[in-house]
Amino acid sequence: MAVVTPKVPPEKQTLLNVNGDEAVAWAVKQSLVDVVAAYPITPQTIIVEKFSEFVANGEVHTEFIAVESEHSAMSACVGAAAAGARAFTATAANGLALMWEILYIAASLRLPIVLAVVNRALSAPINIHCDHNDAYGMRDSGWVQLFVENVQEAYDTTIQAFKIAEDERVLLPVAVNLDGFFLSHTLENIRILPDKVVHEFLGGYRKIPKVKVDYFDEEVPLTLNPAKPLTFGPLDLYDYYFEHKMHQVEAMKNVPEVVREVNEKWYEISGRRYGDGILDTYGVEDADIIVTVLGSTAGTVRYVVKKLRREGKKVGMIRIRMFRPFPHKEIAEILKNAKVVGVMDRGISFGSYGQSFLDINASLYDLKERPILVNYIYGLGGRDASPELIEKMFKELLEIAETGVVKEKIRFLGVRE
Amino acid sequence: MSQLRGWKELPLGAVAFRLSTDYKTGDWRALKPVVDHNKCVKCMLCWIFCPDMAVIWDGEKIVINYDYCKGCGICAHECPVKAIQMVPEFEEG
Repeated sequence: MAVVTPKVPPEKQTLLNVNGDEAVAWAVKQSLVDVVAAYPITPQTIIVEKFSEFVANGEVHTEFIAVESEHSAMSACVGAAAAGARAFTATAANGLALMWEILYIAASLRLPIVLAVVNRALSAPINIHCDHNDAYGMRDSGWVQLFVENVQEAYDTTIQAFKIAEDERVLLPVAVNLDGFFLSHTLENIRILPDKVVHEFLGGYRKIPKVKVDYFDEEVPLTLNPAKPLTFGPLDLYDYYFEHKMHQVEAMKNVPEVVREVNEKWYEISGRRYGDGILDTYGVEDADIIVTVLGSTAGTVRYVVKKLRREGKKVGMIRIRMFRPFPHKEIAEILKNAKVVGVMDRGISFGSYGQSFLDINASLYDLKERPILVNYIYGLGGRDASPELIEKMFKELLEIAETGVVKEKIRFLGVRE
Repeated sequence: MSQLRGWKELPLGAVAFRLSTDYKTGDWRALKPVVDHNKCVKCMLCWIFCPDMAVIWDGEKIVINYDYCKGCGICAHECPVKAIQMVPEFEEG
């Protein structure tokens, strides 16, 4: 990865002191979004609250639809995107759960909607703090899922998400995940690009892909257009449903290269990139112990890795930035030389393991020599993952590397007995 | 019925590749409405109530479009002069 001078050097970028939610709102403001439909839910509320200010002040052309539920929010986005709009919404936890059936519809109709998920625990008992089980719940819906580590990345990734979603090789909705409160409500100094540069990056307003159907001689835009009518989502039984699912399978295959390209293109413009866009690694080259993690906890893990490295321990980390599609081959390539891998999940599939553990486990099966894998469930309901706790996990993993003995395949980090 | 297409031949976004009028859905029917035009007073209640627009006015009388009629029987139920009978589509046994 060559170092280049960014097209817009840092001093030409505007410095903002904002929290993660506001950073997302700023990104949406600059992304020429036609429709925003949303319903408030903590810790997402600030995104649409801030964005509605932009609308009220006439700073954006966006049609803002205040809906009566998240189910309606995503439905409105589906309708808007099917009509050719660039559409955005944001939610968290229970709101995301209420969106569930429409998530599948957005993905299978190939509508490039962008959704900010401010990760929060699902009820009951009611809890508004950070947890990834909401995002893991939409794992199989056909959405691209990106997880960010900090507020700057929340801004950058939200803009990138439109670029990824609308790429003709992809045409899938993209969810940008940011940790509730740890990012959504934490102020950070970030740099934002000039509006014009963002517009150019996105290629202006949304471009509509074309489609060929039997009853028109030429390709027609894939939109709801009375002059060139198309039927979206009609009854599709055992004769064609399976074939249509293959379209989603194929589209997902193209996502990694597009995410990588967009990450590099963003780097050329802004000077910022996040690993290769898919995995963000630190100290993995000669590491015996590697920990994988999603979201803001990666910052703490990196801090602990640096500390242990200074003590001479061969440890490293991978931050999984793209969770769907899951980078099976890429992660296996990094983990194949490790002795022990700790997989951190801020969520759990009850009766099974953490959700990223299942994918990493599957990634490694084909290796001739596999590292030992231990799943660490941590931080449920916003429980703090302190450096001390993460260091304790590394110490356990170092001990396993020495002894080869795994007492428990799944560990619960920081829970009281 | 033409041969079923593979996924590589299907349009993006799972949009229907044919017009909806090309799909005949009347074969779901078990009971078939039959109109007695001697009784019919041309009040058009059946035309109003038919949920599938399968009752058509041909300029002189009502005609049932059996390509789309699902045999729900609402027309027969609403007919004030009992001019529509629901007849089994197939012989029993």
